Amino acid sequence: MSSVSQTFMKLFRGSSGPAIPAPGSPKLIRRSSGLGELSRTWESAEGLCVLDLGSTSPTNIRHFTEKGHRIYSEDLLTASTGPELLTKDEQGKAVLDSRKFLAENLVYPAAHFDVVLCWNLPDYLDEGLVKPVVGRLWSVLKPGGMLLAFFHTRDAGPDSPCHRFHIVGPDTLEMQRIVLRREARRGPTGAVHTAISDGFQLQRVFNNRHIENLFRDFASIKFFLARDNIREVLVVR
Amino acid sequence: MSTPASGLAQIGKSVVIKGELSGSEDLYLDGQVEGSIALKGNSLTVGPNGQVKASVDAKGVVVQGKLDGNIQASDRVELRKSAIVTGDITAQRVSIEEGAFLKGKVDTHRGDAK
Repeated sequence: MSSVSQTFMKLFRGSSGPAIPAPGSPKLIRRSSGLGELSRTWESAEGLCVLDLGSTSPTNIRHFTEKGHRIYSEDLLTASTGPELLTKDEQGKAVLDSRKFLAENLVYPAAHFDVVLCWNLPDYLDEGLVKPVVGRLWSVLKPGGMLLAFFHTRDAGPDSPCHRFHIVGPDTLEMQRIVLRREARRGPTGAVHTAISDGFQLQRVFNNRHIENLFRDFASIKFFLARDNIREVLVVR
Repeated sequence: MSTPASGLAQIGKSVVIKGELSGSEDLYLDGQVEGSIALKGNSLTVGPNGQVKASVDAKGVVVQGKLDGNIQASDRVELRKSAIVTGDITAQRVSIEEGAFLKGKVDTHRGDAK
């Protein structure tokens, strides 16, 4: 899997723009048992507070606001690529500053959210941020609040592309491959360059024990195994 | 990208304003504003070059550029595909184009008329 410095070199030199869907990338439809179970919550309740940690999704925002819920959108994966987060540990190895990251992201009152949609965030987030982020998510979830996350199985392969997810039905998602667009910069010759890189790389593959350990502070955990080498996890605080 | 209609109050892209901005007409803002913007009963459009660090209170808001601040609209908020918004949006209706970036909350009034 990629090291932090390799990921940064590959993704950007300087700042990167918001993640955008690959031009012309097809949208894949995916049935989600985890989403199906979770959606019973927002179909039967009113005025829920939902946190979507994927790329800004007009579809998701419309889905929740039309049902009378409040939705917060925060693209944590893109936020984790900020060059200002890069620092060095005691051994001089390039790492991300998790304290700085949490000072600027996921800043919410305790016990604020009924639902958190993590999507595939833990699989693609830098190693040093995963546990701190999960710890913060525990604290901002209400007791009884639910979190949905997707994890690749080993069979998915190391080059599994990163997707964004749009809710199009009670148990149906539309998946779109993510690319990152670097802001236009002027090169040494004066020409303006705007690069489109292939998006985020899978950082690791969690096994069941790792996932249980990651969410050990939560009250319960449920696994749903899908045919497309994705393990869906629904946890309750 | 929509261009401002003639007769619309405009702040061009070279203009920098710090402070409280208020008015009783529609405004097209393509410059830099820091502070607060109050256009109750009227619309604000942040153009593609606009960079706003301000709370916004208006009837309708269209964002094509960058806005860092909360948006309170009595009618509609539109984020175009080039919009980069950091802040909470409260409005009766919210429309977000694919490609727009939002970090914040979206809260739509349900049947509240202002």
